[in-house]
Amino acid sequence: MRDNTQLIVLGGSWGGIQASMKILQGLPADYSIPIVLVLHRLRNQEGSLQELFDKKLVLKAVEIDDKAPLEAGHVYIAPSNYHVLLEKDHTFSLDASELENYSRPSIDVTFTSAADVFGKNTVGILLSGASKDGSSGLKYIFEKRGTAIVQHPGEAEIATMPLAAINSTPGCSIMNVERIQAYLLTLHEH
Amino acid sequence: MKLENEELFELEVEALIKEIHTQYGYDFSGYARASVYRRIKRFLGQKHLQSIDELRKFLFTDSFFFENFLQEVTVNVTEMFRDPTFYKSLRENVLPILSTYPFIKVWDAGCSTGEELFSLAILLEEEGLLSRTKIYATDINQKVLRQAKDGIFSATHMTAYTAAYYAAGGKRDFAEYYTSNYGSVKFNSSLVKNVVFYPHNLATDTSFNEFHLIVCRNVLIYFKRALQERVYQLFDESLVSLGYLALGKKETLAMSEISSKYNFVDKNNRIYRKNS
Repeated sequence: MRDNTQLIVLGGSWGGIQASMKILQGLPADYSIPIVLVLHRLRNQEGSLQELFDKKLVLKAVEIDDKAPLEAGHVYIAPSNYHVLLEKDHTFSLDASELENYSRPSIDVTFTSAADVFGKNTVGILLSGASKDGSSGLKYIFEKRGTAIVQHPGEAEIATMPLAAINSTPGCSIMNVERIQAYLLTLHEH
Repeated sequence: MKLENEELFELEVEALIKEIHTQYGYDFSGYARASVYRRIKRFLGQKHLQSIDELRKFLFTDSFFFENFLQEVTVNVTEMFRDPTFYKSLRENVLPILSTYPFIKVWDAGCSTGEELFSLAILLEEEGLLSRTKIYATDINQKVLRQAKDGIFSATHMTAYTAAYYAAGGKRDFAEYYTSNYGSVKFNSSLVKNVVFYPHNLATDTSFNEFHLIVCRNVLIYFKRALQERVYQLFDESLVSLGYLALGKKETLAMSEISSKYNFVDKNNRIYRKNS
């Protein structure tokens, strides 16, 4: 069943950059599943996150353009000041509507949208952060029988986000970043 | 609201879209579905409605309710000087060229409640061009057009807008442009003296004039590719040669048929110029 994973979505806030970087650094350039990364950031800021990830990863890191198609071997970074939605034809739609959980991009928005399109073939991973954004989206992924993973709160730089998710989705898997990385490698199809 | 069956919900929305087209003439068939579904769920939640069936009853018996629905489903969230570097670039790279024309025509397409319009007007004013510029401000929604015309915004965001104004290269005291009153600010109506407010539906209406600059930022993201293409063709028909097209920071002409006729003026800020 896990061979069918079609999308991996990671979300994080404070401490989420470092955690997601550690996880993604271990993945090969031809990693077979597209990855979407939603990190909270300051608004009206330029796209230095993309440069940072592109420099440190062997995967190709790109900031999402509206209607860009999902492709393997890519890490798609949510741009500042937009929500990221997924369409049934496996393209992105951007959205500049109201903040959710005081955030745009909001992790809840992307997790929910991903689960609507990919259902049980979605893997959602929620990392360190000082916000409750992401927990209702992760719950939604879990309810759609997707895989819900939370960074171990003991390891997370700020545990608020992981704890909120564990609270709302008690059935989620709790792992440290090393285990998350190992798990993602088992999903990779050569 | 709990939606047990996403597939059923989506089928009901598709039927609703057809019905809205027949009853009210608004065609949402070309709108990006992820956003439409999300907006409708949000609207149901706001109005405490349990189902699409319940929503239908209100929509088709109450045109005010429909207008409200229209405003919520077509996103109207906007801000002044969103992406200050875009406005800075417009000021430095585009307005000096436009200033060589005796008379300038600008189309602010999808102007919503007017924050972008006033930002543009302030820029033109500071570059000494406003008095010989005519701006056509259009939107699908008449209610937001009326708000744009009034130029009254909540004072809540003024700190952020002021910072963005200076980051965009603002040259004056920002407070010169508005008066405050009980939690609201009203922008000087002289800024929109030469603005024509006009209902226009990008999904169905045609070209109505020729422009030197078209600004359409974060409007087409709510459309599917096919409808985006229609609008790009419409913009292409409406731009003079060597005219400028400004899109949102993450929107691109790359997938469009018209892209070969356009070059970047500023790639980061998605400002294009039409070839001669």
